[in-house]
This record gives sequence, C-alpha cells and structure tokens, in this order.
Amino acid sequence: MSVLVYTENWDGKFKKLSFELVSYATKVASLLDTSVTAISIGKVEEAELAKLGIYGASTVLSADDGKAGGLDNQLYTSIISAAAEKTGARAIILSHNNSGKALAPRLSVKLAAGLAPGVTALPESADPFIVSKKVFSGKAFSRVKINTEKVILTLAQNSFELIEAGGTASVEPFDGGLADVAVQTSIKDIQKQSSKVLLTDAETVVSGGRGMKSGDNWQPLEQLADLLGAALACSRPVSDEGWRSHDEHTGQTGKIIAPNLYLAFGISGAIQHLAGVSSSKFIVAVNTDKDAPIFEAADYGIIGDAARVLPDLIKEIKTAKAQ
Amino acid sequence: MKLLICISNVPDTTTKVRFVNDNTAFDTNGVQWIINPWDELALTRAMELREDASSGIEKVTVITVGPAAAEPTLRKGLAIGADDAIRVDAEVGDAYLVASQIAEVVKKDNYDIILNGIESSDYNSSAVGGMLAELLDRPSVSAVSSLRLDKGAVVINREIDGGKEEVSVPVPFVAIVQKGIAKEPRIPAMRGIMMARKKPLQVVPAAAVEPLTEFLDFTLPTPKEPCKMVDADNVKELVQLLQNEAKVI
Repeated sequence: MSVLVYTENWDGKFKKLSFELVSYATKVASLLDTSVTAISIGKVEEAELAKLGIYGASTVLSADDGKAGGLDNQLYTSIISAAAEKTGARAIILSHNNSGKALAPRLSVKLAAGLAPGVTALPESADPFIVSKKVFSGKAFSRVKINTEKVILTLAQNSFELIEAGGTASVEPFDGGLADVAVQTSIKDIQKQSSKVLLTDAETVVSGGRGMKSGDNWQPLEQLADLLGAALACSRPVSDEGWRSHDEHTGQTGKIIAPNLYLAFGISGAIQHLAGVSSSKFIVAVNTDKDAPIFEAADYGIIGDAARVLPDLIKEIKTAKAQ
Repeated sequence: MKLLICISNVPDTTTKVRFVNDNTAFDTNGVQWIINPWDELALTRAMELREDASSGIEKVTVITVGPAAAEPTLRKGLAIGADDAIRVDAEVGDAYLVASQIAEVVKKDNYDIILNGIESSDYNSSAVGGMLAELLDRPSVSAVSSLRLDKGAVVINREIDGGKEEVSVPVPFVAIVQKGIAKEPRIPAMRGIMMARKKPLQVVPAAAVEPLTEFLDFTLPTPKEPCKMVDADNVKELVQLLQNEAKVI
C-alpha cells in the first residue's frame, strides 16, 4: 500500500504547490499507516526530484522517456494509474489546479476510485474515508464520504502548510507502459507567463474593481503589486469592460484564489466576487461606499477613494520596508 | 457533426444557501434555478459555431441528469437555440453517477463534440467532463478558453498553470470549457422561448449506476469578525496592522 502524489513540474522545477502537496500526502499517509510515493512526468533532474523527500516522499518515480511532452490527459492518466497500480496506492493526491482538475476525474474512472475534489483539510477518518470540501463556491462546507477502497483527492491551492519531514527520497525511473498509448493532443503553440507571479500561486494579490474608473488608472496597482511581490487581479466588470485581461478576473466564474493577503480597491464585493476570494486569509478593502458588501468580508477597511489612498499606501509600505 | 452540451441545473448564484433535514440536504425552498454559468457559455459557443455554415455542425443537443424539476432549465437551453434536449431521469448522486448516465446516452447515439462547463456552481466538483471522457475513452481538453473549427480541424486554446497553449485533438473529443469560450451568455429571445415549447425533449430512463461518493452533511462558515476600519488619512495604521497584527507584509 502507499499514498501516491502527482507532482507536476514547471520546466523541470517544482514549486511551493508541489511541496504543499507532498506535505499533505505525508499526513494522509500517516493516517493510513503507509508511506508516500511521488510520480513525476517529464524531464526533471535527480537533485530536484530528491527535494520531494524533504517534505516526506520516500520514493519518487520519474517517468521521463521523452514521449510525455505537454499535457495529454489520456497519456498522463495512464502513467499515473500505472504508478498507482505498481505501488498499490490506497490514496492518490493531485493539486486542484488546471492539470489536477483535468486528470483526477479520468483517474477516478480508470481506477474505480471515488474522487473528493478541492479538499482543504486532512481527512477526518480513513475508514470510512471522510473528508471536507467547500461547496456552493465557498458559501458552505460539506463532509464527503468516499465509498470505494481507493480514493482520489485534489487539494485546493494554498490550503495546506509546508511541513519538512527531513527525510530523503530514493529516485527510480518509471516506464509506465507508455508504448501502447497514442498521444492525441498536439500542442501547436505555448505562451508562457514567466515574468509575473501566477495569480493562483500568489501569496499576496492586488485587485481593482469598477471604482478604479478606467483601465488607464492601473499604474498605482501595478506599483503596489511590484512592491509586495503580488499578482494582479480584477473584478468581473473590469474584465468585461476590457480594462484588464480575462485571466485576471477573480470570482465565481473567474479564478478562485486563496492568498494570504487580498487587497481590494474599488470593488463593491458582489456575492459572485466574494465566492472567488473568500478563502483569502486576510482581506483589505478600500471603497468609497461605506455600505459596500466587501466590508462584511474584509478584515481591514478604509472608506475612501482608491486613487487617493494608493499613493499613501505605497509610500507607507516603502517606509515600513526600509526599516 | 453533432454537438452535445451537458447542462447542470443549479441555484442562481446569488442564492443564500440553507440546509434542511439536520443539515443533510440543500433547502430548495424559494430557490431560482439557472443553467450553470459555464454550461451556458458552452451552449452560447455551440450556437455561434453552428451559425457558421462551414463548421459542418448539423445539430446541437442539450442534456441534463435530474428529476422533472430540471426541465425548465433544459427548456431555457432550447430557447437559447439548442435543437433538442435529453433529460436522464435519475436522482443526481455524485459526478460519477452523472457522467455515467450521460456516457450511456452517448454510447447509443453518438455525438462528435461534447462540451462541459469547468465546474458546477453548486457542488464545485469539476469532474463530470473528465469522467465522461474516460468512460467513453475519448481525448479531453480542459480549461478551454476558445474553440474554433477550421475546415473540420479543431483549434483549441487552453489555460495551463503558468500560461496558455494552442492545441488540437481529433474528433470525437470532450472539451471542458471556462471563461472566455464565449463573451457573454445568450439571453433567450421571445421567439426562441415560443419555439422551445415545440422542440423535442426526450426523457431517458436512468441506467443502473451507483455513486462512488456521498455528501454526508453541510455546514455554513463561521461568521467573520467585524472589519477593522482605518481612517483614509491614516494609511500608516493599516500598514502597521498588516505588519504587526496580520503579519502578512
């Protein structure tokens, strides 16, 4: 038996998300009284793979035969399910990010394993297997019982801390029987977002709403984001108006995020917007309307015009950082 | 080519959620039901594609799994422009049950392109599309933000974690779509609503499938502490709170 965790890589490197996943898998493994095996697909150097051991993986299977290029859902599902079978995985853990959402449902069918998607905490029991997840876009939580012997979990991003277990992982090449699987997805073009902090990964997010009055007024938000190492986000009207790209839309139909700090400028806080940001650990709201619903969700608030507050805020943060 | 759009019947996104029966069931009392927002965008895109004669699309079908109470939402899909509708008469268990019911329909009456929204706004599972593709052994592409048909060739843009890709897959396939797939959802016109009443809505009996998971009970989040207000002329205080109290900068 084992707990299998799929650790995606970005140009051969892992990131905080990968280590969060392994930390989580290690806790699940101790609940099930077993160990963690990680499966990595594509080219990753051995030293990088071995880092997963720090967070508790005892074995890392590296499927790197050159065939697995970009994400092909069927191919990746085959590799992960072969690894699950080889290790007798009782639980398979993926991130609730784009690739995890693409792969976990396929794995669920292939392995006849019940799926609890987007979990935010450890299972409360292993037999029966019960774990909590958000429902109704964060308006409620539900306890999910998985009725199958094998279980699959996808972990919501930024919902679990890093835990250094201090071990070492043995790295083994893994074949996965890829020869029989045809790659169906052909990738014609890739545009990487390399220079900025990824919105779904960011620990701090600076966000603007209709109260910013125009897309031309984003410069102070950009400056604040740079200062804090933050990602930029926006509310739906802003992306609908074309002031900012759809990629930055945060809310029910856009991106769901859970940063440590979410700074909302000129955002009234419609229920659909709050659905996307309510998991933030701290919310700061700046809005001219004292009755705006954003203040019910916020931890700290300023009633005022974002355009006037922002320069002061940037100045004060610079001063604070200089000390 | 035939398109199938999977529709989830969900509470309006502004619904204040409540639970009944010792918090084991969602309280449907007074709830307005809508097409799941992403499914509505998928249907809108299907309509746009069909209007282009060169796309070779003959028919757009909407399907849902659920009791008769879900039919008004399916009719709305017909009013937006779908040609016909299918309701699988099953209680909605989990995503696996829903995907299995739809897979049975597709096995009998083939559809070339199946579109699913990336998640449903009620149980947020993001699972039906991927499960359906695996049950049918078809390629799937997820986080799709644009889909074009260029002389029979499929051109898809998808979001990956850390960028965007343009990809193609052979037909038949399942696309799991998100924001960007269509600009604005279509609103049914009066003519569409009138025509929808006459369009075929087929009710299919449920296949014998057991769900893999179940929702035991529900809880509402604990109310937040009241917001601490800082004067707009004293931004320094906010920075101090963020530094010393929240410890986030």
